[in-house]
Amino acid sequence: MTDLALPRSTGLDTTSEAAKARTRARHRREFRFRLYGIVAIAMTTLFLAVVLGDILVKGLPAFTQHELMLEVNVAREDVDPQATGRPETIRAGDFHKLVRDALRREFPEVTDRAGRRLLDGLLSNGASDVLRDRVVANPGLVGETVRVPVRLSANADLYFKGIGTEITRHIGNGVATPSGTTGEITISVGANAFAEDLGLIKKHVQRQARALRREANRLRQSVEEVEVHKSERNRALLAAPGDSSKKALESEIKDLESEIQSLSQKAQDLETEAAELQRRFDGLAVNEQIGALLPSLLVAINGGLVKVKELGSSDVRGDVLKPLDSADAAESGAWQIIIYETPESNRRVSDREVAWMERLKERGLVINAFNWSFFTSGDSREPELAGIRGALTGTALTLFVTLILCLPIGVAAAVYLEEFAPKNTLTEIMEVNINNLAAVPSIVFGLLGLAMFLNFFGLPRSAPLVGGLVLALLVLPTIIIAARAALKAVPPSIKEAALGVGASHQQAVFHHVLPLAMPGIMTGTIIGMAHALGETAPLLMIGMVAFIVEVPGGITDAATVLPVQIYLWSDLPEIGFQAKTAAAIIVLLAFLFVMNGAAIVMRRRFERRW
Amino acid sequence: MKLTTLASAVALAAAGAFVSGAAEARDQIRIVGSSTVYPFTTTVAEQFGKTSGNKTPVVESTGTGGGMKLFCAGVGVEHPDATNASRRMKKSEFEQCQKNGVEGIVEINIGFDGLTVAQSKQGTPVNLTLPQLLLAVAKEVPGPDGKLIANPYKNWSDIDKSLPNTKIEILGPPPTSGTRDSFHELLLEKGAEQIPELAALKKTDSKAFDKVWKTLREDGAYVEAGENDNVIVAKLEANKNAFGVFGFSFLEENSAKLRGVPLNGVAPEFDAITAGKYVGARRMYVYVKKAHVGVIPGLDAFVAEYVSNKALGEDGYLGKKGLVTLPKSELEQVRKGAADMTPMTADPLH
Repeated sequence: MTDLALPRSTGLDTTSEAAKARTRARHRREFRFRLYGIVAIAMTTLFLAVVLGDILVKGLPAFTQHELMLEVNVAREDVDPQATGRPETIRAGDFHKLVRDALRREFPEVTDRAGRRLLDGLLSNGASDVLRDRVVANPGLVGETVRVPVRLSANADLYFKGIGTEITRHIGNGVATPSGTTGEITISVGANAFAEDLGLIKKHVQRQARALRREANRLRQSVEEVEVHKSERNRALLAAPGDSSKKALESEIKDLESEIQSLSQKAQDLETEAAELQRRFDGLAVNEQIGALLPSLLVAINGGLVKVKELGSSDVRGDVLKPLDSADAAESGAWQIIIYETPESNRRVSDREVAWMERLKERGLVINAFNWSFFTSGDSREPELAGIRGALTGTALTLFVTLILCLPIGVAAAVYLEEFAPKNTLTEIMEVNINNLAAVPSIVFGLLGLAMFLNFFGLPRSAPLVGGLVLALLVLPTIIIAARAALKAVPPSIKEAALGVGASHQQAVFHHVLPLAMPGIMTGTIIGMAHALGETAPLLMIGMVAFIVEVPGGITDAATVLPVQIYLWSDLPEIGFQAKTAAAIIVLLAFLFVMNGAAIVMRRRFERRW
Repeated sequence: MKLTTLASAVALAAAGAFVSGAAEARDQIRIVGSSTVYPFTTTVAEQFGKTSGNKTPVVESTGTGGGMKLFCAGVGVEHPDATNASRRMKKSEFEQCQKNGVEGIVEINIGFDGLTVAQSKQGTPVNLTLPQLLLAVAKEVPGPDGKLIANPYKNWSDIDKSLPNTKIEILGPPPTSGTRDSFHELLLEKGAEQIPELAALKKTDSKAFDKVWKTLREDGAYVEAGENDNVIVAKLEANKNAFGVFGFSFLEENSAKLRGVPLNGVAPEFDAITAGKYVGARRMYVYVKKAHVGVIPGLDAFVAEYVSNKALGEDGYLGKKGLVTLPKSELEQVRKGAADMTPMTADPLH
């Protein structure tokens, strides 16, 4: 290499202004390109974060569960009246009654039937499960008093999780005198003690009045439009030539008139209603009725609780939710006003229930514990009892069937096609078909499975066996393709060396090529299985989309799988299932992460470079 | 070597499973059918599993039509024992059943489902009449001269001045859903009949009339929101001017956020539905194979649980799940029929 060989001036201009400008432009282009890349990654990350964040926010509450710590008296007559001590007798005992009685003891003042039923509604259908298990395991507890966690209903649980109403409290000013301790009472306070609350309620009233007036105004405008239309018709009537057209116009005018009348009437009604509300808002001295459409106002006084029905500036009238200890006058500052922001009609729990729950919380009986039963129980129609153990077991069984079918068949097919099959038109057609099959929509495999396994072979519906077979058909092409790629990646020199020292073709493949290709095959298989894990559509066709409570014990038992469980839960009306759906998605994602993680670890550990 | 042994073991295992799976007797009740009845039957199934000592029945949601097909395919353990239906069995389905040897079919009318139109509580409250509803969603409506024209209505106030001046937007089920069938038959057909021009059309050309209430507009006023009713609920919350079409149980469960729109002056409420006043109510059924009683353990006990007072009674647990229960006298009749396992006849069907 000499300088002479390179001509000095090649016309390569690197110093002129134009060249520098070109360089700068190129740098700018490169910078822009990098920027696009970063923006793309940032957007992907953002979307992913939003999706994951949304699922986590919705789903994490389902992993915890509010429970009541109650002292339950395990009465002998309800559980084991003959004192047999036999577990099966005890198991059949009425444990729900025991729990219900324990909760009623917390609220001795609730004696009416409606109130008791409302109170029972705070408890889940499975409230007594823990108690039952405990007593069955230890029959010595019969007749004793035990402290056990008692499961709350989904509504109560959601309330404690903050999906309820905002509660504000403030201390009452002035000496308050209640007129009684139970029933409907009035509480009088000398000063303008409720002015602030009255203001709040009135603001709500005014908002309603405003909405009504807006609607009335719109109707008035419509009336004007119709009036214009009517006068047009009237003019046309004067100019109308024939009798028949006159008649038509007349009837049209009549219709318009009745329309005007009905619209005006409606507008009038709305205006009256709005005026009534406005009057309530303006008249400071007027007492305010608090209906179900307004925020709830409660007064806590003398150890009792009063739900306000009528609010004046210096006195209130209302129903007692919890009896007062006495009708003595309460000092200024010794009583409280509590406001539940969301109107009662817009809440899933009534004022009474909220008051009870707040009281249980104050007494420290409400605990928030990890919801183990989500992982240990099967499906249920009660959101607070539903668990994913059935779906997890079903998933494991289905994937097991898929794996033991796919792996040997897939690897055998790949080895044969790659190493032994003659290269002719037939094998080429096969190759093309395998590649095509990998892209066939999954529902097609579901229909195939329905026709073949259920209708022709008569295998049971909803069974992991059939699910596994269908998913095996689905992932087989993927595994064959991955296995062939892994076999191809083994350098030919390995095989040639084996053949060179006298091994047969078969020995060379099975002793040398296949073991070296195994890590690649494993990775491909795991990715294929992860794909199978997320499939729902083909399983719908073979009946795995069913309500199954029992945890499956074998591959022919009825079962469902995780993605189908998510699909089923997402379709149920109960609000509590929304969190369960998100929680099941989290579990599915965790399952997927573990599987993909295993694939990565395997690749790292066994990967070989040539 | 090892691979071949493994492969043969797998083949053996698979073959064994095939044989055992096909021949195995069943000790678990299997139910298929309507997704509308699914929430109720699953609740009964769970209670039955908890209290009776039998295995919890497997309930599969296949849609009413799909369920009938499976149910009527034959008698024997490989066929389901019962099917849920959000409408009465059709005569053709009954005949199909008979042809395949499914002869003793016990019909149980479990109660009503209210098909409701709902809106957000934030929106302006409205009352709708069935003709107004039809004019809002039909693809073709009568024009000023009485002839059918493409639906010109953009806002509700275009249909009737007393309705709010907001864009027509109705979220509802897709054509594959049983709820959509009810929407057409219960609300839109009746609405069309109440419009004079269309009533006249029905007399002269009933096919053209059917086309009017069976074809929905595709310009965005009617939005197919998928099979999942919870999606519609979520969309209504986000859009206070939109309306949604779904079952009464979804309305009841979301009553904190949604309000049922009164149709022809009657709001979708429990009492109005049982009294037969609410137009959007339909009866729901469960059909049971008599031939399977005594073969599948617990089937008769399951039927007894379904019609028991604690499930179907006025304060029963199905009522809490949103089922509109039958009036007392009717319930007695249903209960008697279920206890005697009286097979149904083809006469009342059509």
